[in-house]
Amino acid sequence: MGLIRAMRGDTGGQVMLAVLAVVTVLVPVLNLMVPEGHPWHLSSYTVTLLGKYLTYALLAVAVDLVWGYLGILSLGHGAFFALGGYAMGMYLMRQIGERGVYGHPELPDFMVFLNWKELPWFWHGFDMFWFAALMVVLVPGLLAFVFGYLAFRSRVTGVYLSIITQALTFALMLAFFRNEMGFGGNNGLTDFKDILGFDLKSNATRAGLFVASAIALALGYLACRYIVASRLGRVAVAIRDAEPRTRFIGYRVERVKLFIFTFSAMLAGIAGALYVPQVGIINPGEFSPLNSIELVIWVAVGGRATLYGAVVGAILVNYGKTYFTGVMPEAWLFALGGLFVLVTLFLPRGIAGLLALIRRRRAPAGEGAQ
Amino acid sequence: MTALQEFREAMRRDRQWSFMYSVRDLEVDVSQGAILYLEDLSVSFDGFKAIDGLNFYVEAGELRCVIGPNGAGKTTMMDIITGKTRPDSGSAFFGRNIDLLRLSESQIAEVGIGRKFQKPTVFEHHSVLENLELAMAGDKRVFPTLFARLSGQQRDRIDEVLGIIGLKAQAGREAGALSHGQKQWLEIGMLLMQDPHLLLVDEPVAGMTHQEMDRTAELLTSLAGKHSVVVVEHDMDFVRSIAKRVTVLHQGRVLAEGSMDEVQNDPRVVEVYLGE
Repeated sequence: MGLIRAMRGDTGGQVMLAVLAVVTVLVPVLNLMVPEGHPWHLSSYTVTLLGKYLTYALLAVAVDLVWGYLGILSLGHGAFFALGGYAMGMYLMRQIGERGVYGHPELPDFMVFLNWKELPWFWHGFDMFWFAALMVVLVPGLLAFVFGYLAFRSRVTGVYLSIITQALTFALMLAFFRNEMGFGGNNGLTDFKDILGFDLKSNATRAGLFVASAIALALGYLACRYIVASRLGRVAVAIRDAEPRTRFIGYRVERVKLFIFTFSAMLAGIAGALYVPQVGIINPGEFSPLNSIELVIWVAVGGRATLYGAVVGAILVNYGKTYFTGVMPEAWLFALGGLFVLVTLFLPRGIAGLLALIRRRRAPAGEGAQ
Repeated sequence: MTALQEFREAMRRDRQWSFMYSVRDLEVDVSQGAILYLEDLSVSFDGFKAIDGLNFYVEAGELRCVIGPNGAGKTTMMDIITGKTRPDSGSAFFGRNIDLLRLSESQIAEVGIGRKFQKPTVFEHHSVLENLELAMAGDKRVFPTLFARLSGQQRDRIDEVLGIIGLKAQAGREAGALSHGQKQWLEIGMLLMQDPHLLLVDEPVAGMTHQEMDRTAELLTSLAGKHSVVVVEHDMDFVRSIAKRVTVLHQGRVLAEGSMDEVQNDPRVVEVYLGE
């Protein structure tokens, strides 16, 4: 019941979820049922690409929750995404088993290559899906909790907080680049064979992962919407607008921040876990500070503090990236930079703000007609 | 005091350690008629005596105005009551039973002393109603807040406060769109939502139009009786319009106390205000 109340008044979100539902049914049908060569056929490449966009959209929703509603500009959310991705990657590595290049029954290829004799302790348990799934949310959640506890308790806010989140993801990138860390060094984890026994290269599995991403996005969106529409969501906005006043009224600002930040990190972890089996690789590049900054741009383009704007922004910018890097790769970064400048100058509230403006312009005209 | 005496004092048998009892259970005791007792308070900043042997009492349900020239110690007195400043000596009791000097700022807010600052700060992106909802007394921990729903009783309380502050018609408007005076009233409303026994109001009519001042005067007078109200204000016309009893502070002590007419005709007050 709470969810229905949460979605009321969120027209953009309703439209977005409706479109998502249609796409979720349509894409697998066009891919699996329509024969190849038919004009309506959707290639598996496109299915996986769309699935990847959906995981990005979930990540963007997580960022919008902390940035748009709580006012914390996190420039390190890519780290939580990558950690979730690594947890899934470790499960997929363990699933390879003896089919690796070196044929070792237990050790992944890169460990055999490094002459390791046994599995490091933190790789235990990842042969079980439920354990890996748990780690997908627990590891990013725990990192966000500890990091947030220290940062919020010391009342680090604004630009300073953004800088240390950036440092966090940078530090993790450097750490994961090291071979001794036991996560495959700069090659990362790849050569995945199957997930839960399904072949990752088959069309059906790819369509399944696409549907799973869509469902995760819908559920993640609803969860965020529930928080935002609750009294806690209003407290979050109050913290964003006047933090000392909120504290003075009697809310424990640090705990509210910690809860929402940790929740958002867990969502980012889930997005990362769905991303990895679809792209087939996870490497330390995912921790790159640039990634985290890029995803803030998705949210800015879509429109802060709307949640559905983050979904729209993530999909549009990434479609643009796919298109531009295909047509003229050297222009992409200029296009991205230009986009950010344009949005900041002319669309401070993003695409969602533009839509709201158009609707408001139309509304009086409609009333006049009646 | 020798170390032994100090130890005995600290370990007195009736000693209540502030961290050992919850202030939620404390109910202010006004059986002697007064709600606030400030006795022999002194505080100095870098040798400057901001408060110097101040004695100040407020009756339960009273509306009291405090006036005085700049630097008389009005704001410092408020700071001591709300726990923001600790006095060098003296005592401050809320009712007969609650020692304010032992409580933290948030605990003082919890036992029922609310303060309105000079500059209004309301949550601009929330509606008037949501502002009041957020300020409402209740469980403010994270998970109870996440699943909180307005009960009928709470809705009635919000309605009641909306009526008191005269913003019923604006309930759905964003607070950022209110006029300066309306923001001040909303802020008083947010104070009321916390169910305080004692309201400290700092310069409520600064920057208000005359109509707004009249409305504010009505509002503050209507609050007296149910709550005790202490108003610090510079505007003499405004003070005259609301005050039954006026306290004049000067150089950190009480110079005169009485009705507005008594105070105005007091030669010492005239001297302080008009110069020697």
